[in-house]
Amino acid sequence: MQGLDLRIHAGERVLLLGPSGSGKSTLLHALAGVLGGDDEGEHHGRLLLDGRQPADARGRAGLVLQDPDSQVILARVGDDVAFGCENLGIPREEIWQRVRDAVDAVGLDLPLSHPTSRLSGGQKQRMALAGAIAMRPGLLLLDEPTANLDPRGVAEVRAAVARVLDRTGATLVVVEHRVDVWLDLVDRVVVLGADGRLLADGPPSVVLDERRESLAAAGVWVPGVPLDVPDATDAAAPGAGPAISTEALAIGRPRGAVLHAGLDLAVPEASSSVLTGPNGAGKSTLALTLGGLLAPRAGRVVAAAPLARGIGGAPVRWRSRDLLTRIGTVFQEPEHQFVATTVRDEVAVAPRALGLAPGEVDARVDEVLHRLRLDHLAGANPFTLSGGEARRLTVGAVLATRPSAVILDEPTFGQDRLGWIELVRLLHELVGEGTTLLSVTHDAAFIASLGAHRIRLDAHTSADSRTATGRGRA
Amino acid sequence: MSAIDVADATPAPTLRFVDRVNPASRLAAAMVLTTPLLVTVDWVSAAIALAIQLVLFALAGVTPGLLVRRTWPILIAAPLAGISMLLYGRPSGTVYGEFWLARVTDGSIQLAIAVTLRVLAIGLPAALLFLRVDPTDLADGLAQVWRLPARFVLGALAATRLVGLFVEDWRAMALARRARGIGDHGAVRRAATMAFALLVLAIRRGSKLATAMEARGFGADTPRTWARPSTVGVPDALLVLIAAAVAAAAIVGAVWAGTYHPVWA
Amino acid sequence: MHETSTDHTPTAGTNGARETAGSRSTRWRVVDIVVASVIGVATGLVFLFWNNVGYAWFSAADALTPGLGGIAVGIWLIGGVLGGLIIRKPGAALYVELLAAIVSALVGNQWGIETIYSGLAQGLGAELVFLATGYRRFGVVTAMLAGAAAGAAAWVLELFLSGNLQKSAEFLALYFGTVVVSGAVLAGLLGWIVVRALAATGALSRFGAGRDVAGRV
Ligand SMILES: Nc1ncnc2c1ncn2[C@@H]1O[C@H](COP(=O)(O)OP(=O)(O)OP(=O)(O)O)[C@@H](O)[C@H]1O
Ligand SMILES: Nc1ncnc2c1ncn2[C@@H]1O[C@H](COP(=O)(O)OP(=O)(O)OP(=O)(O)O)[C@@H](O)[C@H]1O
Ligand SMILES: [Mg+2]
Ligand SMILES: [Mg+2]
Repeated sequence: MQGLDLRIHAGERVLLLGPSGSGKSTLLHALAGVLGGDDEGEHHGRLLLDGRQPADARGRAGLVLQDPDSQVILARVGDDVAFGCENLGIPREEIWQRVRDAVDAVGLDLPLSHPTSRLSGGQKQRMALAGAIAMRPGLLLLDEPTANLDPRGVAEVRAAVARVLDRTGATLVVVEHRVDVWLDLVDRVVVLGADGRLLADGPPSVVLDERRESLAAAGVWVPGVPLDVPDATDAAAPGAGPAISTEALAIGRPRGAVLHAGLDLAVPEASSSVLTGPNGAGKSTLALTLGGLLAPRAGRVVAAAPLARGIGGAPVRWRSRDLLTRIGTVFQEPEHQFVATTVRDEVAVAPRALGLAPGEVDARVDEVLHRLRLDHLAGANPFTLSGGEARRLTVGAVLATRPSAVILDEPTFGQDRLGWIELVRLLHELVGEGTTLLSVTHDAAFIASLGAHRIRLDAHTSADSRTATGRGRA
Repeated sequence: MSAIDVADATPAPTLRFVDRVNPASRLAAAMVLTTPLLVTVDWVSAAIALAIQLVLFALAGVTPGLLVRRTWPILIAAPLAGISMLLYGRPSGTVYGEFWLARVTDGSIQLAIAVTLRVLAIGLPAALLFLRVDPTDLADGLAQVWRLPARFVLGALAATRLVGLFVEDWRAMALARRARGIGDHGAVRRAATMAFALLVLAIRRGSKLATAMEARGFGADTPRTWARPSTVGVPDALLVLIAAAVAAAAIVGAVWAGTYHPVWA
Repeated sequence: MHETSTDHTPTAGTNGARETAGSRSTRWRVVDIVVASVIGVATGLVFLFWNNVGYAWFSAADALTPGLGGIAVGIWLIGGVLGGLIIRKPGAALYVELLAAIVSALVGNQWGIETIYSGLAQGLGAELVFLATGYRRFGVVTAMLAGAAAGAAAWVLELFLSGNLQKSAEFLALYFGTVVVSGAVLAGLLGWIVVRALAATGALSRFGAGRDVAGRV
């Protein structure tokens, strides 16, 4: 990122937009003074917060990072939210007052002693926000704070941020691909281009109205610009039988509680289905179970004959290699999935495991990288990708073996407009070629385009997490 | 793994009296009790300390079953340390047998008994006093009561939590490897690559976590406050006093019996 | 943007009181503390494993041969080498080895509190070698020397802690040899290899150890 001149005034509310990989997260880190010192890279020019170096003014800025998993600091919810206040030297009684306020404000309905190791992705995001709010920062920096949330959670977090801003008059810089969420709340929009330069800057109405076409072309989600993707009816195979179905299925994590029991559902062949439900409902758990990765706690998962191709109907008993061409699973958490040290190798792993000829492996890898706009990153380490890039890579790595069925856990999470359109078109093409698709998602636009069949998982009622998900529709 | 795996652990058995004591004081008590025993190799001091400890732990509610479950590595290690001493301990008195460098003598037999008891007397208190310690509470105690540098104590605490995720991560990575078609390889090789990948993941998370902690004002030079006080009181003093008394009884007993034998003698 | 660019605009903070010359600065950054702690705790878990496997060898060898048990000791010394090589700050070797020992002791092992003193001595041994290089050299030789020094320190401590002074001179000489060699190989060489492998994954990109290995930083 170079040559960026930006002046943000106290009390301003800025929405920072830009395509995936344009450096939005990097800029927020710089603003929060946590980019790392001189020994970690080069920086030129000046960045001042209240006239001071950001690193010297830590605590004035509250930052919520893009990755909710890596900002859980302590083992209990209350301690974690209190952590920032402790560092600022706030007196004890006031800390607990602030912690309770912050937890209420974000709607994290859990006891303060709840272990942080037992939170769903959405709950972690709320907790991180509570931790930042509790510091009562003058500048609130949010990096995709609603990316993992269910629609209800999005509204709640947005309301929480609005309340905090109204009460404290804090300055806000929020990064989010989905513009509509924050549009009423912000009074300024700043757009970065793919090269990290400033593309547009001004009041939302002006920027988004006058530059809609050019911004949309650059990958920015501009509300009202049609997405130009097929709609859901195109993703349905007429009269399709089930590719995967369940019989009285009970799901749960190993050693965890049973989340749902008696599930009878079907994923139709050669069509696209979506699985929705509130945070913590057990969607990921169900997806892993359907994908033959987690064992059912009771009941059965049945793969239809055309999918199983003669190796038995229970995916969880298949060998790892047999899964590759039958059911491919994209995990919610990209980091768990990476097994290689370069993007290229990452995509090549599965085709090689299939025993394809080297030439064929190369051809497939090239095709996937190209389709997902990752060619320029072929030599990069997967872990250094931006959030959106990492997501595309995990999808690509699974598609490289052309499985008959693909299960995707939040595939559009963190995607810019171009990446999103590209991905959705690709998925439509797959369905057109006869692939069975099941996507876990909270994304309304995605559902409109690929939700030919909809499966809804309601909040589960096991005692342990009832409080956790109590706000979901029962 | 009970000390680390906070979330998953089935509730560890409670220890009467000891549970009320600050974990930092428990650490202090363990050190006060066992450090003096380290300076002497004799069977009397070790036997006295061991006997009193067993009585005290029984009073605190340690059943024989719990004792074995918690301390079996020590129970195995003790006689083994004795055998080494039996064969290679400094010889004196009657020689009972000899083979190459090994020599069993009156002196080495005595040393062997002493070392066996000593391993038990030193190993048991640490294992039992930390039966149910929450790392968060221990860290609070170390930073607030012992006044160790907060940056390091909290850094270590955060790392403990990350490593506590190893079990979950391991499971998720095993699933991912299965999904990626490399789950059928040899179990040993896969375990080795996954262990390494786990370390890589932990370090990456650690780097990001450091960023998150800095973003919350951690590491600045302003003095920090503590949301939860960690205090010491009468039970703490009592436990440390008891520990000191046991150590004193052991050493005095050995001197009185004439077996006291400093390691450097 | 993390790459070095060639144009020379004025560098930020020239008038500020920030530390200069990052790789030489001796103040621990937060990331140093957290990652050192992660390595320390992870090493502690390795100890817990080795406390059974390694100790089985140690005691079997000790019972049958005089002092050859020392061959297994190196793994218990690896924390200091890893800490010193990765963090490259004063005290890193000591901190990592000590933390690993504390984890091993608190989770429960056969030596109890003794472990903490061992960690202290072994960490100091490795630390002295890094200190001797002025925290500037982190090659394989330094690593092996640090491992060997940690072994020597462990040997000295055990003279008192385990009552080894009561053992015969032949035993002690043999034991010294095996412990030092084991420290150099199982802690020094192995530690160095592990750090190289870690750096190759890009996980150490925020550390000098990671930037020395070529790759996209
Ligand atoms: N540690 C790193 N080392 C090298 N390159 C990095 C590192 N972190 C990020 N990058 C690169 O810097 C660029 C900007 O990344 P950044 O995360 O700021 O993007 P972003 O705008 O937040 O994207 P997204 O919307 O996908 O989150 C990306 O191309 C990314 O690959
Ligand atoms: N690795 C895990 N081990 C144990 N329990 C878990 C684990 N991950 C999640 N849980 C718990 O299992 C329940 C279901 O989690 P799951 O991840 O399946 O929810 P989800 O519907 O995918 O939520 P989200 O929309 O937030 O991703 C939650 O109550 C959560 O707290
Ligand atoms: Mg980002
Ligand atoms: Mg999920």
